Amino acid sequence: MLQKIVRSTIIDAPIERVWAVLRDFNSHDQWHDAVETSRIEGGERSDQVGCVRSFTLRDGNRIREQLLTLSDTEHKSTYCIVEATVPLQRYVATVALKPVTDGNRTFWHWESTFATPPGRERELREMVAHDVYETGFENLRAHLRAGGDQRAPRSASSMPTGLLMPTRRVVVPRYGDADVLTAEDGRVAAPGDGEVRIQQRAIGVNFIDIYLRRGWMPSMLPVAPDAPGVPGMEAAGTIVDVGRHVNGLLPGDRVAYLGPVPGAYCTLRNVPADWVVRLPAEVSDDVAAALLLKGVTADYLLHDLARIGPGSRLLVHAAAGGVGLNVCSWARRLGAVVLGTVSSDEKARVAREHGCEHVIVTRDYRFADAVQRACGGADVVIDGLGDVARDENLAALARRGHWISLGQAGGPLAPLPPDALIAKSLSFSRPVVFDYVASRAQLAERAQHVWRALADGAVKPPTIERHPLERAMHAHARLESRGTIGPLILLA
Amino acid sequence: MVQVYASSVIDASADNVWSRIRDFNAMPMWHPLIADSRIENSQPSDRVGCIRQFHVRDGGTIRERLLALSDYEYSCTYEILESPMGVTNYTATLKLTPVTDGARCFAEWSAEFECAPERERELTESIGSGVFQGGFDALKRHFGGR
Repeated sequence: MLQKIVRSTIIDAPIERVWAVLRDFNSHDQWHDAVETSRIEGGERSDQVGCVRSFTLRDGNRIREQLLTLSDTEHKSTYCIVEATVPLQRYVATVALKPVTDGNRTFWHWESTFATPPGRERELREMVAHDVYETGFENLRAHLRAGGDQRAPRSASSMPTGLLMPTRRVVVPRYGDADVLTAEDGRVAAPGDGEVRIQQRAIGVNFIDIYLRRGWMPSMLPVAPDAPGVPGMEAAGTIVDVGRHVNGLLPGDRVAYLGPVPGAYCTLRNVPADWVVRLPAEVSDDVAAALLLKGVTADYLLHDLARIGPGSRLLVHAAAGGVGLNVCSWARRLGAVVLGTVSSDEKARVAREHGCEHVIVTRDYRFADAVQRACGGADVVIDGLGDVARDENLAALARRGHWISLGQAGGPLAPLPPDALIAKSLSFSRPVVFDYVASRAQLAERAQHVWRALADGAVKPPTIERHPLERAMHAHARLESRGTIGPLILLA
Repeated sequence: MVQVYASSVIDASADNVWSRIRDFNAMPMWHPLIADSRIENSQPSDRVGCIRQFHVRDGGTIRERLLALSDYEYSCTYEILESPMGVTNYTATLKLTPVTDGARCFAEWSAEFECAPERERELTESIGSGVFQGGFDALKRHFGGR
C-alpha cells in the first residue's frame, strides 16, 4: 500500500526568504541536521530541472534524488528518489510554500507518497515524518533565526552575534539649544531578551526630540554629566541579530521602529521587538524614517481621535510640517473641509498641493477670524503650536469642537481651566502617539494603514530634508527656525 | 482578470473553524460586514447550486451561488450573481488547510473577477482588506488568536 505523509508549519519569515533557501536543491547540508553533505551530480546547476543531488546522511545512509518540478510562481518543488540505501520505494515528495498575507509569514507544506517493504511501514513513516520533515521545519527556523541564509554561501565565518559592537551616537550632555548636541563613540551590547539589534540607516527627526533636548520632558530624557541622554524616537535599518524569545523577526530583515524611550540618534541600537515593523519592499529606509511616526500620528488622529469624515471642518496648524502635510492630504481624502495655518507663502503653496483648501498665512498666530469666516468654526483643531495659539484656538472652534493639543512648538501650554471649555461645550485632548501603538499588533496595523495610504495616494510621497547624523544640531536648528517644509531625517 | 488573495493563520483546528464557516447561510454569524442572509427557494444551505441572498451592513444586497463545497478539502467556492460592486465573472474560494504542528490552520480566501480598470485598486483593497481580512480578523477574535 502506498504511504502518504503530510506535514506543515508556519515560519515567521516572508515567503521570499524561505523560498530562497528551499528552492536551492543543493542547500540541505547547510540547514538540515540529518544531511551531512550534498552535491549536484555532473556539475549541473541546482535549479536545473532534472538535476540529481547526492546526499550523505549523518546516519551513514546515502540518497540520490532528482528534481522533477521547480516553480518560482507557485513556490513549489517536487523531487523523487532515484537510488537510496534506505528502502523508500517510488518516493515522490513536494515542498510548497504559501504566503500568510496577514503578518507576512509563510505556510510550508511538505508531503510525499512512497511504498515500503512489508512490515517496515511504521518505521519508515516515522523516519520521513519526524526525522526529515518535522526536524527540517525546526532546523530551517533556527537557520533563519541565526541569519544563516544571509551569509556568503559555504563560508565558515559567522555573524558577530553576542559581541559588543561599535556605534556612533549624538547625545544631549546638558539641556539647551541645538548646539549642545554632540557626536561621540559608544558600544552596543548583544540584544537582550525580546530585543533586536538594528543597524540604522535613517532616523526620523520630530519636534519631541527638540522638547527633550530643551529639557521640557526630563523624566523621559534624564541627563547627567556622566550619563548624557540620546534623543530620537524612530529609525529604519536592518536587523543585525535577535535576542531570545523574539518571534517574527530575523537578522537581515529590513525594519523600522517607533518607541516611547528615546535613543534613536545613533548608528546601531537595541530595541524591544514590540516596537518593530518589517518594511515592505516598496517603502525605502528614508521614507520609513520620515513617515512612520508622522504617518501613524495622522492615522490615529483622523481615524480614532477626531473621527474625521465627509464634511468635518478640520484646522491644522503647521500645515506644511511633517505631520501637517500627512494630515491635510489624508483628511481631504476622507472628505473633510481642511483649513491650515502656515508661516510663509511658500508653505501655503505646498499645503494647498496637499489638499489644504483654506490656507491662512500668519506669523503672529492670528487665525480665528479667518477660520470663522471660511467655515463657521472648526470641528477639530490639530495644534502643535501650544501656548501662543491658546486663545485663538478657543475662538476658532465651532460649537462642540475638539481641540487636540499635539505639541507646543510655541511654548509649553499653561494649565487650561475646565471653564475655558464650557462656553461652546468643547473637548480637549492631549494624546501621545505611543499609547496608540502600545502592542506590536497595533503598530503593525497602523504602519500598514500608512503604507497603504502612501500607495493609493491618500498620503503623498514626502519631500525629505536629509542631514548627516553627525550634523543633528543643524537639523534641529532648521526645524526650530520654522523654515522647513515636510519631514527631516538624519542619515547614519 | 483581477485576482485578490489573502491568507491568515487561525489558532484553532481546521475542523473547528470549518464548522463555523461551512454553512453557506451563516455569514452573519461570523462575518462582521454581513447583516443578514437567507437561502432562496428554501433549499438546504449545503446543496451545491443553492443561492444565498444577503445584505451587507451598509445596505447593499448581494446574491451568490454555491459552486463547490468540500468537507474533505475544507473549501467552498461561490460566484456572485448580483451585487452593487460593479464586478463581473466573480468567483471566490475560501479554503482551510490544517497546520500539522499545533492546533491551528492556514486560511486562504481568493477571488477572480473583471471590473473597469480604474476601479481595480479600490475593489482589490475593499475585497482583500475589508471582506477577506475582515473575516479572518473576526475568526481570530472568536477563536482567541493572536
